[in-house]
Amino acid sequence: MTSFALILILVVPAIGMALLALIANYRIGSTLNVLLSATAFAGACLLFWAPMQAGSFFLIDSFNIYLVALNSFVGLTTSIFSATYIAHELEEGNLTPISLRFYHALYQAMMIAMSLALLTNNLGLMWVGIEIATLSTVVMVGIYRTPQAIEAAWKYFILGSVGIALAFFGTILLYLTAEGVLGEGIPAMTWSNLQENAARFDPALLSLAFVFLLVGYGTKVGLAPLHAWLPDAHAEGPTPISAVLSGLLLNVALYAVLRIKMIMAGNTDTIPAGLAMMIMGLTSLIFAAVMLYRRRDIKRLFAYSSIEHMGIITFAFGMGGPLANFAGLLHMTMHSLTKSGIFFAVGHIVQAKGTQKMSGITGLAKSHPSLAWALGIGVLAIAGVPPFGVFTSEFLVVTTTFARQPVLAMILALGIIIAFGALLMHLQKLLFGEPGGESHKVKASALPMFIHFALVLLAGLWLPPILVEWFKQVAEVLG
Amino acid sequence: MEASIDISHFLAGAVLALSFVLLYQARLFALFNAFAMQSTALAMAVGWQAYSQGASHLYITAALALVMKGMLIPGALRWVVVKMGIHRQIDPVVSVNLTLLLGVFLVILSIMVVFPVARMEGGIAREDLAFALSIILLGMLMMITRRNAIGQVIGFMSLENGLILAATGAKGMPLVVEISVAFSVLIAFFVFGVFIFRIREHFDTIDVDALSEMRGDAE
Repeated sequence: MTSFALILILVVPAIGMALLALIANYRIGSTLNVLLSATAFAGACLLFWAPMQAGSFFLIDSFNIYLVALNSFVGLTTSIFSATYIAHELEEGNLTPISLRFYHALYQAMMIAMSLALLTNNLGLMWVGIEIATLSTVVMVGIYRTPQAIEAAWKYFILGSVGIALAFFGTILLYLTAEGVLGEGIPAMTWSNLQENAARFDPALLSLAFVFLLVGYGTKVGLAPLHAWLPDAHAEGPTPISAVLSGLLLNVALYAVLRIKMIMAGNTDTIPAGLAMMIMGLTSLIFAAVMLYRRRDIKRLFAYSSIEHMGIITFAFGMGGPLANFAGLLHMTMHSLTKSGIFFAVGHIVQAKGTQKMSGITGLAKSHPSLAWALGIGVLAIAGVPPFGVFTSEFLVVTTTFARQPVLAMILALGIIIAFGALLMHLQKLLFGEPGGESHKVKASALPMFIHFALVLLAGLWLPPILVEWFKQVAEVLG
Repeated sequence: MEASIDISHFLAGAVLALSFVLLYQARLFALFNAFAMQSTALAMAVGWQAYSQGASHLYITAALALVMKGMLIPGALRWVVVKMGIHRQIDPVVSVNLTLLLGVFLVILSIMVVFPVARMEGGIAREDLAFALSIILLGMLMMITRRNAIGQVIGFMSLENGLILAATGAKGMPLVVEISVAFSVLIAFFVFGVFIFRIREHFDTIDVDALSEMRGDAE
């Protein structure tokens, strides 16, 4: 069962990836891309019935099953959105058929690498997975080959490499820490072994490893002050990539940080790992919330909003405990679904208006009512308006914090309110007023974004008990 | 045992010294030569680790460092510079004296960070880690102080030399060879194929400063 699921998630897409690089017809390519993503999603669903186990290479526990399922689901909807999106880009001449072959192959490479990072029990392989996922997105960010796209890709590459390097050094330190207790070789790199034996590790060396890993993977999460690559990469790449960057890659990087935090939790003499995460999370939240006001580019706006939400999630997990972890998990899910849905809507809007500048996008309510609805719903949801799921999770984070750290809860609430104001201000300008600038028909499929928003709404109104049980279980594991 | 540790420290120290040499180069070709020397020193350091640990798979990493980074990449970079007619002087953002001073400071910092925590068992951990961290930080310093795309690439590669040194110094660490192979492939494809050529298509200079003016979100 498990191996069959793993084949569906990792091996089939890998074979498909090679095929995608060879297929010249973009229609066949994009259909195959959707099929492969669907296969991976089916595999991820099978994992729910698989026995939990920790081998020397793969680890199946409730935490990563949930993330793999979320990841491959958003991967699937994004591939559907992408199929219609790229058809338009091809007509406009923004992309060539050859670059599309790379695009599709890299899309699968990224998905496989993320699943590998999530499913592996080996910290070295986890690093390799995050690494490959990052590099394939770097190429995709630069795929338009405009000066801005190249600048964004270069910046992403340079800052990403620094993050990669620090995380790798941290991994080496962690190995050295474990090697003293567990002996040389694979066991000292295996996460489940490390977690079990953490109490016997040298706390000073373990703390040092954590600092490097937090800063290294934190760069990938987009935590301030290491976020500089994130807005550029989101703004200049194709919109499906912005959706997967925000919805998936940031989560995977945070997953890595959380796995390390779980090792730290087993050793009482280390530096407080949660505190460092709380500080970084709050800083990112406040910083991004303030930055939201002066944005002029619609994709940059939502990129900053991603920094804000990753800040909230990191803060919640940093605080720890069953309730805060539960809130963090829920917020992670809600943010992924909502933000990728928003990017789908933004992709349509940018194609309809021919610009990303918000000054060129006004009066959507008149010119494109259905897009205006989609964007309106999405932005209200992400800003934390009830009855959407993001409200539920933000409410949970804030109330949990109030019970334990009232002062921090005030700062947290302040950040959320600042961001709320900024988002509504921009939304009002985008939707209402006289339509200006160009206006094209939109042919692309609206299905993916409405599926996402419907799920977020459903989660806000009624959380299925199974999901609640599952999250509770994961929250316990996270400690 | 003692002599073995001394030799490994000597070679790691040579890699670190060459990191300093990289910092103050003002001409691209001199920079490539210094980088080739650093990679050769790294290859020797890794080769020595392979011999003293009896880990024959590390010879692959050593050979890779020697052939790829010691010969092929500097050669290819030279070819790129000549072919594309790139300006061969690099103007550092920060003065050479200040850069070197910062470099010394970073080495002291890494010693202060690593020494109190790392243990001395087996002899490898402490000094090797301090050397490696210094090389990594110096590579970052180089990436910051060089605004030129090729300078930044060299900075990244010297940083990666530090990582390989740390990884090979950690006894029995799995995946080291695979990761070093992946790094080499990455550098070869990525840097040359994708970026520098594309940047050249659009700009007369590959100075990253010129790119910064194209920001999409003017404030």
